[in-house]
Amino acid sequence: MPKVQLREVCGVRSGDKGDVSDLTLFMDDQEAYEAVCDAVTTEKVAAHFGEMVKGPVERHEVPRIMALKFVMHEALGGGGPRSLRSDNLGKTLGGALLRLEVDLPESVVANSARAGRRAPLDRTPVDQAPRSADA
Amino acid sequence: MVRIGGGQGFYGDGYAGVGPLLESGVDYLVCEALAELTLAILAKDRARDETAGWTRDLPLYAAMVAPDVVAGRTRFITNAGGINPVAAGRALLEGLRAQGIHGVSVATVVGDDLKPHADELGIPDDAVFAAAYLGAAPIVEALDRGAQMVVTGRVADASLFLAPLIHEFGWDTDDWDRMALGVTVGHLLECSAQVTGGNYSGDWWNNGDFTQPGFPIAECDADGGVVITKPEGTGGRVSFDTVREQLMYEVHDPRAYLNPDVTADFTSVRLEDLGNDRVRVSEVQGRPRPATYKGLVCTPAGYSGEVRLPYSWPDAEAKARAAARFLHRRAQQLGIPVLEWHEEYFGVNAFGGDTVVPRGAAVPPAGGDEPPEVMGRLVWRCEERDDAARLTREFGLLGLGGPPMVSPFGRARERPTGLLDLQPMAVPRELVDAGVRVSVEVS
Repeated sequence: MPKVQLREVCGVRSGDKGDVSDLTLFMDDQEAYEAVCDAVTTEKVAAHFGEMVKGPVERHEVPRIMALKFVMHEALGGGGPRSLRSDNLGKTLGGALLRLEVDLPESVVANSARAGRRAPLDRTPVDQAPRSADA
Repeated sequence: MVRIGGGQGFYGDGYAGVGPLLESGVDYLVCEALAELTLAILAKDRARDETAGWTRDLPLYAAMVAPDVVAGRTRFITNAGGINPVAAGRALLEGLRAQGIHGVSVATVVGDDLKPHADELGIPDDAVFAAAYLGAAPIVEALDRGAQMVVTGRVADASLFLAPLIHEFGWDTDDWDRMALGVTVGHLLECSAQVTGGNYSGDWWNNGDFTQPGFPIAECDADGGVVITKPEGTGGRVSFDTVREQLMYEVHDPRAYLNPDVTADFTSVRLEDLGNDRVRVSEVQGRPRPATYKGLVCTPAGYSGEVRLPYSWPDAEAKARAAARFLHRRAQQLGIPVLEWHEEYFGVNAFGGDTVVPRGAAVPPAGGDEPPEVMGRLVWRCEERDDAARLTREFGLLGLGGPPMVSPFGRARERPTGLLDLQPMAVPRELVDAGVRVSVEVS
């Protein structure tokens, strides 16, 4: 099985409550859901975040919507109004989770619409961009 | 059918999505204004001014919705009352009267403040705020009494949306599946555009025009049919994918999403993409509400000081790290009692401009293995404000006495920031409920 970053097969949403970071992975078909559930264990996520997460990591499966949730305690440097981090709410930690590399069956990656998909990058200066009405 | 619009997701949210909601026709415009931290901001406002302590953009929303309220098309529900719902209600009434609008019935809900119970609950004297998350009941009472605008303090976000459904359909408040459905509607709508394509982690670039946001609408039937959608002609999108991302947002255990009105099981939710920006929500199951209210206590947690350390290639990261070490060493030499340090390094092309990424280039040029620039950010926490400020004065030496090619430090050196701790607590329901009051006044 090839090693791939979760970015190639998963969507993600990040949230917070106090010092708790709440991340959910979203898969697009049953095979991908099961493969990611098998591959992304609590231990792997805890090891991936290392010192950034000081408390326990919980894991929740939501098969009806093909979602896999991780609730990480003591994960935001003390919580929003107390944390010294730029991202004191952990809004970007979903991206950090998508960076995790795991072993997934080739077919899962081959069938994923997310694999290899990248946002178009347009470096035209803002004041030279076409007006949105014409775009 | 009842149409509920989600008009606000936080204090400071953009309001461009509200007009299209009202034009498309909503029976209720619900504006959620209070994140965990917001009450602390409002508590500081109130310490300066007894009539403050509610979100200052409330009059903006009230003015937008007022014509529809007067016409009897729409009612308005918000927790924008923050730490001072009575003053917020008064300001609303004065605003309406000043515009010559009479006969609008405005309700205020109080009772979420836990500070009057500080001794019983062990809330520290220096608490900035302590509040319980109330449920839908007082809002339902206000609507039953004919209120057209309802202003509350800390009410659980989703309960703001559940309340009109209970009022309209006469749902039993111990019909746990119905309560869970209403809380699901509320949870999906409480963050405005975050269910209609905002923060969507898929192909967000195909969402259409961000300047024409489609804020969410829930179309609800008495028998429990619910469709999430958005006004026609707006940007964003409503799909299985955008709705499931919001369904999971910040819910922790999806089997037991705790709300003051019900324990909702989000693993039971069925989402059906109907196409054309419509998603059906069904099969939601609920269990009895938690035995206690959730409370949140906020206390001071010292002060942070902060500097930016912006260095150009070559060796940008090495320089930024050396600068951070310089400040750490100065703090030790000066005996500044720092409780905690934090450092970060970021950057792309602020300093090199077109020499880093040529104008219009489709791909970044092949570069070395080091970043073109690094913005270091060093932060520290001290118990005392003056200690946090002292170290900021030290980094001036880096301008002429540190590693080369440092950019100007910016227009203003940051002043210390007061930090706050938030701690959740369980609060007996009877204690809170005894103090909940709904008052209704006509403009």
